[in-house]
Amino acid sequence: MKTHPLLIAFAVLTFAFLIGPLIIIIGTSLSNTSYLTFPPEGLSLKWYENIFEISAFRRTMVTSFMLAVGGTALSMLIGIPAAYAMARYRYELPAFLGNIYVLPILIPEIVLGFSLMKSVAVGMDFPIMAALLVGHALLVLPYCVRVVGASLNAFDFSIEEAAVSLGCPRWKAFFTVVLPNVRAGIIAGFILAFITSLNDVSISIFLTGPGVSTLPIQLLAHMEQFFDPTIASVSVLLMFVTVGVMAIVERTLGLTFLTK
Amino acid sequence: MTPRLRAWALSAPALFLVALFLGLPVLSTLATTFGDPKGPFAQYAAFFDSRFRMTVLWRTMEVAVITTTISVIVGFMTAWVVAKSPARIKSLLIIAAVFPLLTGVVVRSFAWLIILGKNGILNDTLLWLGLISEPLSMLYTQFSVTIAMVYLFVPLMILTLVGVLEAIPQDLTEAAASLGATPAAAFRQVVLPMAVPGLIVGSVLVFTGSFTSYATPQLLGGERQMMMGTFLYQRAMVTFDWVGASTIAAVMVVVTLTTVLVMSKLARRLNPVAG
Repeated sequence: MKTHPLLIAFAVLTFAFLIGPLIIIIGTSLSNTSYLTFPPEGLSLKWYENIFEISAFRRTMVTSFMLAVGGTALSMLIGIPAAYAMARYRYELPAFLGNIYVLPILIPEIVLGFSLMKSVAVGMDFPIMAALLVGHALLVLPYCVRVVGASLNAFDFSIEEAAVSLGCPRWKAFFTVVLPNVRAGIIAGFILAFITSLNDVSISIFLTGPGVSTLPIQLLAHMEQFFDPTIASVSVLLMFVTVGVMAIVERTLGLTFLTK
Repeated sequence: MTPRLRAWALSAPALFLVALFLGLPVLSTLATTFGDPKGPFAQYAAFFDSRFRMTVLWRTMEVAVITTTISVIVGFMTAWVVAKSPARIKSLLIIAAVFPLLTGVVVRSFAWLIILGKNGILNDTLLWLGLISEPLSMLYTQFSVTIAMVYLFVPLMILTLVGVLEAIPQDLTEAAASLGATPAAAFRQVVLPMAVPGLIVGSVLVFTGSFTSYATPQLLGGERQMMMGTFLYQRAMVTFDWVGASTIAAVMVVVTLTTVLVMSKLARRLNPVAG
């Protein structure tokens, strides 16, 4: 079947609709005016300097980055064994376990954030950073288990059995035989979880408190008070992070992984 | 250690995390809604009696349904073109769809603040074209929320449907054509039925995503266009009415879980490959 030219024109418009707003953000971030305007009247990089002059942005950038790395690492630490158990001991475990690990996606995120605030931050009296860490680890658990699990399902466990039957201890076989073979899945899972955590609003908005905030929450707060191009330049920095993430996913699993 | 014991031991930390930090907190949220002295369902009676709360619920439903409908139509037509493109163009188009998807929701909603504002690009352009004589107030309307939501979810729909359309074997449409089906008939009788399960999966993702969103209605709808997510936040963190907020949370959980369960059952029934 040939694709109708009108349909192609429609698709071109859709992609213009998808990319256009991002180009507008880049344009406004380069403006030398103190208000948001597009096309920019004159070019300047001063709004990029301004990001680093506002201490709240500096601080929350560091917090967000540490939280994304820490939360994902924690989630991987407990998610990889769970994914391994599901793939390796398929008939020893009930099938519904797989559904339990995706609950953090199934339950509305804002409900999860509110419930964590009530039970964990207030009820269990967790410090802000610990509550955020637990919340983010939970949020990204589905990515860790599913993406690593997809790699593990494609792994031939008879290789591991061969190592064990030749006298290799089980834990050593796991680290030297299994893990290197699913490296691509772990890297891709890590990076997808990282970006999810970095961009999170609905959980963090309930858990951030005095003195501790994340970058998206700080952006929201800044937007309510000021409407200057600083937000646009932070947005562009975040787009650079997205580019990096896409490059890593492309190298490891291929971007077509995301259409499956 | 038996294999079964080993399997459970490896699963234990993840199960513990979910049970302690998702299971218990969410169940406790749901439980508090039944603790009213006037009877277990008093909170719900109050919710469904209040005109304001029902307005918020219906507005959220409406925005979610409209967003889903537009995303399905736009996503399907675009995914069709992507799926039929030559390999090099296809990978470029997939990059163009993944990029916004991985860019944060705050950044993507912010773009629409610049576009739809009083002195925004859309108003400037319309003024310049002479189509309007005064800038329109487009922000903080149902329109601004919906367009930003469509922007948020179209990439997700495109990526879901590209995968679905690529999985339909080319042979089938060729077979239909060689048996005398017109392209329109082949599309309606062969392609569409096979795409239906994927369309349902994509629609569920978009519907639940827009129904429970927070950042976009907060930025583009504000107080005036309160939606379930922003309403829940306002009750919990501004008026500190935790029981009221829990009731909103419970309604959101029921709506999303019902949608997911009913639609995935429907997708399974309508799947021509499984049937």
